[in-house]
Amino acid sequence: MVSYIIRRQEMANSYGSMKKKPIGKMILFGIVSLSFYALLLVKQDIVNDFFARGGIYAFLPIAAAFIFSFVHGSFTGKFWTVLGIEAARKPGSPKNQKIFRGDSMEVK
Amino acid sequence: MHDIVFAAANFINLDAVNIIYLFVVGFVGGLVSGFIGSGGAFVLTPAMMSLGVPGLVAVASNMCHKFPKALIGALKRAKYGQVDVKLGIVLGISAEAGVLYGAHIQESIKKAFGEAGSNLYVSVAFVVILAVVGGFILRDAWKAYRSGNMHEEEKVTKLARWVQSINIPGTMVYFKSLNARISVLFTIPLGFATGMLAATIAVGGFIGVPSMIYVLGAPSLMASATELVIAFVMGLGGSFKYALHGLVDIRLAMIILAGSLFGIQLGAIGTTYVKPFMIKVVMGVIMVIVLFSRGLMVPVYMSQLGLIHTLGETTVKALKSTSFAIMALALLLGAFIVLRAMWQGRRAERAATQEVLEHGKI
Repeated sequence: MVSYIIRRQEMANSYGSMKKKPIGKMILFGIVSLSFYALLLVKQDIVNDFFARGGIYAFLPIAAAFIFSFVHGSFTGKFWTVLGIEAARKPGSPKNQKIFRGDSMEVK
Repeated sequence: MHDIVFAAANFINLDAVNIIYLFVVGFVGGLVSGFIGSGGAFVLTPAMMSLGVPGLVAVASNMCHKFPKALIGALKRAKYGQVDVKLGIVLGISAEAGVLYGAHIQESIKKAFGEAGSNLYVSVAFVVILAVVGGFILRDAWKAYRSGNMHEEEKVTKLARWVQSINIPGTMVYFKSLNARISVLFTIPLGFATGMLAATIAVGGFIGVPSMIYVLGAPSLMASATELVIAFVMGLGGSFKYALHGLVDIRLAMIILAGSLFGIQLGAIGTTYVKPFMIKVVMGVIMVIVLFSRGLMVPVYMSQLGLIHTLGETTVKALKSTSFAIMALALLLGAFIVLRAMWQGRRAERAATQEVLEHGKI
């Protein structure tokens, strides 16, 4: 009876119902991303002035793009994870096999 | 120099509506990009221009959003084991050369035939490439669907098998997506063509992805993922070139990026829920619809060049609006197919999970 309960718990755990979601990190990156965007739009005159100068200033838009992609990319990645939208689990994955090891039931 | 000052002074004013519009268009473009490895650019550039952004600034700003978007998309799909970085970089290098050459041709045509001539050249390129390649891809996807083979592994084409069988000493490189060594003498022209197309119609992937699948023999999932690496290399090089001339409106680029980074990750996740042939379906559908969109503009440019009798202003307006609407439809339809496939895939996965849990009950 006990081993049955433990097996059920393992099954429930592995199917993600108890997985920890990166809510804290998502909020942190979200705040940083929003701040960068606010800065970009509030100071757009200064930004445009420097970023459109050309020559050596060409590094500014490139650098900005990398920074935004890191911060906002991290936020959006965690956003989908928190919503539970993740990559499909492959059939016959190690998790499935682990559960049914030593069981007489077939793996579907 | 005078041009640069003029361009900077022409950075548009952004209001809430413009920002939301660019964000949404960015999201949809990113979604499609994350799935098929390319696309979105040909809607984004006209979308910006419809807000009053000068053409060159639109192209430059689009480039500056393209390479970070491609980077994030590539990183995400690399997690799913779909990216062949080596192939992406090798193709990316010759693609960069293709971009420079293609841009040079564009400039020459513009000098010789003006704006209308340049637009006609671009539109004809669109129609020819999309008709040939898009038609081929759709036919291939249709064959797979009809024969019921869509659940099986994709077969390598005869052409690709021949390419993989050629051994030219001193030029051979192993690529994991092909599981074979091929000569770079094949990758160089393919990458070059991809870059040339990117410089011409802003979407190099319409040659890049099919050539990786049908000429080199890469699986669809890996071809579309690896295309993101090529897009990153091309986008970075192109952005830098435009930034040197002060043509990048960083606000536009980053607002579009805000939406597209949501979209591209969702699109990348979507690829894990679908059968590989869906990549071909989405790509083929978009290409064929956009073909009609661009086709409608050909008479407009021909009329402007005096090659046919002049079209009335109302006719021109009607053609332009219809063309833009069809283009937007292509992208929305692509996005819809991706989201629907994802939803069905997740539903099937949940049903399978439920079944497994049911079996656990004694």
